[in-house]
Amino acid sequence: MNHLLIAPVVLPAIVAPFIIMVLRHHLSLQRIFSLASTVVLLAISLVLATQATDGTVQVYELGNWPAPFGIVLVLDRLSALMLLLTSGLALTVVLYSIGSGWDARGRHFHALLQFQLMGILGAFLTGDAFNLFVFFEVLLIASYGLMIHGGGTKRLQAGVQYVVYNLLGSTLFLFALGTIYSVTGTLNMADLAVRVAELSPDDTALLRVGAIMLLLVFAIKAAVLPLHFWLPASYANAPLPVAALFAIMTKVGAYGILRMYTLVFGPDVTATAGLVGDWLLPAAMLTLAVGAIGVLGSREIGRLVAFGAIASMGTLLIAVALFTPQATAAALYYTVHSTLAAALMFLVADLVMERRGGAIIAQRPMAQTGLIASLFFVGAIAMAGMPPLSGFVGKLLVMDAAREHDLIWWIWAVILVGSLVTIIGLARAGSEIFWKSHDASHIDDPEPELAGHDEPAEMEQGDAPTPALPFIACFVLLAGLVLLTIFSGPMMDYTEATAAQLFDPNLYIDAVLKRVEP
Amino acid sequence: MEILFASAVGILTAAGIYLILRKRTFPVILGLSLLTYGVNLFLFATGRLMVNAPPVLNKYAEVPYTDPLPQALVLTAIVISFGMTAVVVMIALGAYLSAKDDHIDMVEDTKRAGDDA
Repeated sequence: MNHLLIAPVVLPAIVAPFIIMVLRHHLSLQRIFSLASTVVLLAISLVLATQATDGTVQVYELGNWPAPFGIVLVLDRLSALMLLLTSGLALTVVLYSIGSGWDARGRHFHALLQFQLMGILGAFLTGDAFNLFVFFEVLLIASYGLMIHGGGTKRLQAGVQYVVYNLLGSTLFLFALGTIYSVTGTLNMADLAVRVAELSPDDTALLRVGAIMLLLVFAIKAAVLPLHFWLPASYANAPLPVAALFAIMTKVGAYGILRMYTLVFGPDVTATAGLVGDWLLPAAMLTLAVGAIGVLGSREIGRLVAFGAIASMGTLLIAVALFTPQATAAALYYTVHSTLAAALMFLVADLVMERRGGAIIAQRPMAQTGLIASLFFVGAIAMAGMPPLSGFVGKLLVMDAAREHDLIWWIWAVILVGSLVTIIGLARAGSEIFWKSHDASHIDDPEPELAGHDEPAEMEQGDAPTPALPFIACFVLLAGLVLLTIFSGPMMDYTEATAAQLFDPNLYIDAVLKRVEP
Repeated sequence: MEILFASAVGILTAAGIYLILRKRTFPVILGLSLLTYGVNLFLFATGRLMVNAPPVLNKYAEVPYTDPLPQALVLTAIVISFGMTAVVVMIALGAYLSAKDDHIDMVEDTKRAGDDA
């Protein structure tokens, strides 16, 4: 067994309590340990990703218990890709929050961040449905703490909504798992796949209920309409660097859908055939439409980016809902892109918020306005899916993958019109914030109104943060987007191989259950 | 016994759903707790209901046994839901104390200022 496989879970699980118990009063040491842990995680993910490229499925049996009885961690191409994406994103978020001083505005920021990473990485690695629930809870508990980091009335109120909504999601998750367990008698994903395929067609009513409840759970996490209501308020009111990290959390939902509905309730399983894609596709299109309209209607920059994230989830889930290898490959490419783009936009939004408040109105120019405006411009291009950045490539791939589908004109229309509306919304916000601020005649409100948010300007004067680090974090994300565009060929080769692996679940099942090749 | 058990789960869940639709945080949190009780019982029942049977195999005699796995799952679920309830109570208390208002929805600032006047 390759013990490196469990390192992404164990390392943050050790570092986080260490930070809480030993380094509680030493912010600089906390920063060093958190940063070091994240760098090591990135290195581990890189090693695991190179191991996964050859298409082997590695299995780690916890406590050496064989598969259907013990919990297993499974590393395939999809897990490796998500691990790499998460740890890369985490590194930029840690850099940004150190540079901007966000981690000093409340306690235990770094410990919570490490716990959050443990939950996310564990959720991507686990091969057991109940263990997936446990890792979901780990990442959610940490995210509750991060969400209200720094305090403030609005943030706490949004935090209550966020927690309540996710607790409901967790309860539904348990109901779904209970239903599935009562039918199949197992919760190991590979074993589930075998049992579900063997089930007699007359006896699947309960299983279908379970499958749909599970879909609802992942849809809540992925912010699919009409279950998206938690996202705008929580992301806009959370500390925005944390929202940048949360950009990966919606992808956990998309990952859950991809994993469970290719492996267990796959497209050729008769019991659940046509159950998922038919529901998910219209919901995903609605998500995209509402996200785009939300971008157009936002009056506050955090909310603007949050709706942009919803719109990108819509595009992503359209590709997922097609459930063909080509569409899945496109979805995976778009996953990487939309995570980086949403994170970049959240960080840029935080740069704006720190300097002049979040309202999208003309005000006096802020410090470094040229640099931030260029970052916003590039980020908006990426988020809206304009050439030359990877969003364009991603959307093109998604649309190309929909070519064979019956609803092709609907899909194309929603994606294209959605992109247009997103561009208009982002352009309007950008020109209000950056351009009109230079024209004194537009400024009717000289006092920046920081409605409900803690006054960042005053706090910043106390301890002057390293001013370069936040921009470095933004440029790292930007570099990621540019690299994703330049190397879209090799990247597509990898995601196509990943999709092929997903749509041939026997490889996964054989590896986990140690079945001998017939 | 099955009917009694099933209706208990059903009533707990129904009451929970009713309470989470209320507009103040306290009933919502109560509703969440009822829902978690309901789901815990439900999980417990997924291994089929048996009376007077241990959750271990006996290799010396043919005695009935129950499925131990749901019991382990319920233990995990109880611990998690207990912790979560504590977290949501603390956050809701913080929100209530700082906003002087325990409505679950976020009223716009302008509207609230108008209400006070």
